[in-house]
Amino acid sequence: MKKMFLTLLIMVFGAGAANAMSVEKIIERANEASYYKGDDGRAKVKMKIVDSQDRERERQFTILRKNTANQSQRFYVYFERPSDVKKMSFLVYKYVKGDDDRWMYLPSLDLVKRISAGDQRTSFVGSHFYYEDVSGRNPNADVHTLVDTDDTYYVVESKPKDQKSVEFSKYKTWIHKLSFLPIRTVYYDSKGQEYRTYTATKVETVKGYPTVVAAEMKDDVIGGKTILTYENVSYDVGLPDDIFTERYLKKAPTQYLK
Amino acid sequence: MKHIIFLFTFFMTSYAMAAVPALPMGLDDSSSSFSSDSFEDSVWDNFEFDSFLDVRAGTRLYDQDLQSDTSLAEVRLQTGVSYEGDLLSANLVADFIYDDVDRDMDQNFQTGTGSIDLREANFSFTPFDFMDVKIGRQVLTWGVGDMVFINDLFPKDWNAFFIGRDVEYLKAPSDAIKMSLFSSVANLDLVYMPRHDASRYIDGRRISYYDAMTQSESNTVVDAMRQTDDEFTLRLYQSVGSVELAAYYFDGFWKEPEGFDIVAGKAMYPALRVYGLSMRSPFGPGILSSEFGYYDSLDDAHGTDPLIRNSESRFLLGYEQEAAQNFTVGVQYYTEIMDHYTGYQLSSDPTGYIKDHVREMWTLRLTYLAMNQNLILSLFNYYSPTDKDGYIRPKVTYKQSDNLQFEVGGNIFFGETQILPSGTEAQPTFWGQFENASNAFVAVRYTF
Repeated sequence: MKKMFLTLLIMVFGAGAANAMSVEKIIERANEASYYKGDDGRAKVKMKIVDSQDRERERQFTILRKNTANQSQRFYVYFERPSDVKKMSFLVYKYVKGDDDRWMYLPSLDLVKRISAGDQRTSFVGSHFYYEDVSGRNPNADVHTLVDTDDTYYVVESKPKDQKSVEFSKYKTWIHKLSFLPIRTVYYDSKGQEYRTYTATKVETVKGYPTVVAAEMKDDVIGGKTILTYENVSYDVGLPDDIFTERYLKKAPTQYLK
Repeated sequence: MKHIIFLFTFFMTSYAMAAVPALPMGLDDSSSSFSSDSFEDSVWDNFEFDSFLDVRAGTRLYDQDLQSDTSLAEVRLQTGVSYEGDLLSANLVADFIYDDVDRDMDQNFQTGTGSIDLREANFSFTPFDFMDVKIGRQVLTWGVGDMVFINDLFPKDWNAFFIGRDVEYLKAPSDAIKMSLFSSVANLDLVYMPRHDASRYIDGRRISYYDAMTQSESNTVVDAMRQTDDEFTLRLYQSVGSVELAAYYFDGFWKEPEGFDIVAGKAMYPALRVYGLSMRSPFGPGILSSEFGYYDSLDDAHGTDPLIRNSESRFLLGYEQEAAQNFTVGVQYYTEIMDHYTGYQLSSDPTGYIKDHVREMWTLRLTYLAMNQNLILSLFNYYSPTDKDGYIRPKVTYKQSDNLQFEVGGNIFFGETQILPSGTEAQPTFWGQFENASNAFVAVRYTF
């Protein structure tokens, strides 16, 4: 009986006390595990977008990423499906401080269009994922609190510093203790109701990095969900810097897209 | 006490079961080895085929006698094949068209008339790490204007744009050799066109225009004499931080027949040289862009030849930003300042329309995405406060599925009727002359 009580005590209070890691450190590790693996990375992304009436749409693109100084990153996205966006490419220079630089290439017009940074919480290619979900939300945009820890997860609650810039009032993330991968994120509206849930459904270890290779985002406000899979994932590919320039925006760097 | 603890434990456990996510596949006990997709090498892997079928129909909005009331009635099949090899890539894109408005036109690969429009037929290779070469028929674009072109002297298809074809047809293809050189100091694009590449201009065949000779709207087909000499253009560009800078040079001919050969009695394309600069940069929450070009009309150096368009300076300042989620607003100011205006005034027909020294124009672009970005509402508007005329392009696009898309749009021109010194009433201004071409259209596109 005493033993059981003790176990319970440890279950309830012990985890927090035993855990030396600060919530900032957890978030930092989770951010690295999600968005910064290796010096660079590549993945073929497939999205199945299911709308509120169960109609399905497909997106397929290859994404190349390279980490640069000061936690900045460059992304190159080459669209393969559907056919009306095929061969379009998209270039993003992401900075930790300040707005992204973004360019889009429309091959039928041979047009390199510069796009204003815009709202990060806008749908990415019509899916339930936001730009921010794909490239990472700035950890400094929220105040994080470690609300629970169990054998498997750190549970972190995050509240936006600037409430007006986002549609949620808070979100809660279950971060896997060993891999630091966020396995589930639940977003709450201003009334405290859950309305949007991210779930990692499959993880594989690629070049030593645990990697989410299947996930879904469900959004009750928009209705429906998007199922995302990553294929052909690789890290430390050795992407040259000039891949992330106008030259390759216009001429797909085939050898790195395969 | 025992019961309380039991209940408490039960409560905790069930709470945990409801809220704690299950471990995803790969993080649970099952093995987590990574299996990459196996690709079977086949020579066909290097080929890609893309096609669409596009059906569109349009009608004129005003009663008029010079043109068919049906502005658009066509079925278009675009087929494309591309090859990506290690040493070479190649592209072939051709449109097969049944055009019910323009049935009798002869096949012409330059002007794009007839039942085949060859959009692309080119190959490209990288002879050195610092060089790309693309040879053949290709669509070329540069400059920072949105539907306003200063240093982009590649051919346009104004008919396609005005009657409501897809916007990609605004760009007519060039037959060219393009060489691109890359370095850390700057990048250079050199484009050589062995033969003058003219725009598919408004020639009266499909859209009537203001004819200065008759001082009235005319559908007399302008059969301009195309130049046979070559053209050359370059762009030198580099980014400094987030700011993109470019310099341009063009040596060739006007893209529209801006001259008249009195001996041949035909419209022609006078010689033209253009020097220009552009800048594009983030500014506040949006993108600021600016472009300048000096058009040196070599065959009319003093502006005294009434049959050849004068030299002029062109300047553009634009700003675009996301004004709200999924809603983008873009504004541009554009101006053309004629050189040797006195020469123009003195040599022009005193009874006819005399252009202003300075032509100013504003453009406004509004784009709103709705229904998971499957519904696109867009409006592009040109308005000239100096000519008091304009051109409105509203369009609604709905993507029914990944393959099927519907479109409804319009091309609405407006201007003021003027009383010319001769006493004739006319609409001679840049946009105003096309008022009777105003149209509305519907389209369906199926991609496969």
